[in-house]
Amino acid sequence: MSLRRAVLAIAAKDLRIEWRHRTAFTSAIVFAVLVLVVFIFARDEGSVSLAALAPTVLWVMLALATVVTLNRAFLLEREHHALEGILLAPISPVALFWGKWLANLALVLVVELVAIPLWVLFFNITPDLRILGTGAVAILAAIGFTAPGTLFSAIAVRTRFAELLLPVLLLPFVIPPLFFAAQATVRLLEGAPVSDLIGWLRLLALYDIAFLALASILFPAVMDQ
Amino acid sequence: MTPLRPPVVEVRGLGRRFGHVRALRSVDLVIGEGEVLLLSGPNGAGKSTLLRLLAGLTRPDTGTVRVLERALHGNPQGRSAVGFLSHQTFLYDDLTARENLRFAATLHGIESAEREIARVLEAAGLLQAADTRAGVLSHGLQQRLAIARATLHAPALLLLDEPFSGLDALAADLLRRTIAAECARGRTVVCVTHQPAEIWEIATRIVVLDRGAVVFDAPRPPLLDDFTATYRGLIAA
Repeated sequence: MSLRRAVLAIAAKDLRIEWRHRTAFTSAIVFAVLVLVVFIFARDEGSVSLAALAPTVLWVMLALATVVTLNRAFLLEREHHALEGILLAPISPVALFWGKWLANLALVLVVELVAIPLWVLFFNITPDLRILGTGAVAILAAIGFTAPGTLFSAIAVRTRFAELLLPVLLLPFVIPPLFFAAQATVRLLEGAPVSDLIGWLRLLALYDIAFLALASILFPAVMDQ
Repeated sequence: MTPLRPPVVEVRGLGRRFGHVRALRSVDLVIGEGEVLLLSGPNGAGKSTLLRLLAGLTRPDTGTVRVLERALHGNPQGRSAVGFLSHQTFLYDDLTARENLRFAATLHGIESAEREIARVLEAAGLLQAADTRAGVLSHGLQQRLAIARATLHAPALLLLDEPFSGLDALAADLLRRTIAAECARGRTVVCVTHQPAEIWEIATRIVVLDRGAVVFDAPRPPLLDDFTATYRGLIAA
C-alpha cells in the first residue's frame, strides 16, 4: 500500500463527508461573518480607522474560523470508532496524518476563499494586487494553522471534552504563524516594498515546514497511545 | 514428509495493565490454521483486551504477538492478515455501504477492489443496500456491513468480539453462516462471546480467561452442557 494512495483516500473520504454535510464549512463561515460584524460595530469610528483595523480583524477571523473547521477533523472518526478501522489497516500512521492534514488544508482554503472577499467587502478595501498578496499569505498561514491543528485534534478527540480541549491546545501554537502573517499583511496593505515582507514570509514558511515535519514525527506516537 | 505449517497466531508472555488493573497476565497462546477458537470468561477477564492486542490496536506492556510469523506491534504490514469485528462497526454514517467498503479496500491495498466489494456485499445480502448511506441502515444491516468490511481483504485471522450481541435471529443466522464460510476457506477465527451456543458447532477449541490468565484450553467437547459445568467450576474456583 503506497503512502500516497492512503493519503489521498483518507483526504477524499473526509472531503466527501464534508461535502455531504457542509457542517464545518457553514459553521466557519457563519463564525467569520460574526467576527466581522462584531468588529465593525464595536469600532470607535473617531479613534480607529477601518484601514488600521483591517489586518487585525482578518487574522482574528481566519484563526478562529480555522479552529472551528478543525474541530470536526477527527470528530467524524469518533462515530462507530471509525479511527480504529483505519488503524487496523496496514498503513503507516504518517499516512493518516497527511491525509487528515490535506483534507483540513483544503477545507480551510475554501473557507478563506469565501471569508477574504467578505472581509474586503466589510472593510471597503480596494480590490487590487494587494488582495492577491494577502491571499498568498493566507495560504501560507493556513498551512501553519492546520499542521498543529491536525496533530492536536488527534490528541483531543480521544478525550471526553474534545471540542473544548482543541482550542486550548491549539491556540498557543497558532500565535507564531498568526503574528508572522499579520505583520506581512500590515506591510502589504500599506503598500510597503516586497523586501519589507520577505522576512515575515520566510518565517511563516519556516514555521510551516518545521511543524509539518514535527507533526509527522510525533503523530505515530500519538496514535500509539 | 510434509513440513509443519507455522501457527497463524503466536502469543508469548502477553501482559497488559490499565492503571492498577492487570488486564492480562503473561498469556501464552498458539493458534493454528483453520482453528475456530471460542474465547470465554466472565466480565473483566481480559477477553476484549486480548482481542485488541491480537488486532494490533493495543500495545502490550510485556510479551509479543506474531501473526503469520510477523510481529504485529510497530509493524503496519503485520496487520494485513487480521480482520476485526468489534462492538463498533468502524463505519461512516455519511458514506454508502459501497463507499465504506471502497475506502477499506483502498487502505488494505486490494487490487481487484470492485470485484471483492461485490463478493462481500453479496455474501452479506447487501447488494440491494449497496448505495444506501450506512447511517440509515438498520442495526442488523450495519452489522452485516461491518462483517463485510472485516472480511473484505480475506484475512488469515478473523477476530470477532461479541458478534451476536443485538442481532435478531435472521442476522445472527447470517453471521453464523458467514463465519462457517470463512472457516471453510481455512481462516482462523477467534470469537469472544457470552453466547457459546451461537458458534458451538463450528468451534474447534475453547479457551477460558479469568482475571487475565488462561485457566482452560482444550479442544471443544461434544456437548455444550459438559463445557458449561466445567466453566462454572473454573469460575467458582
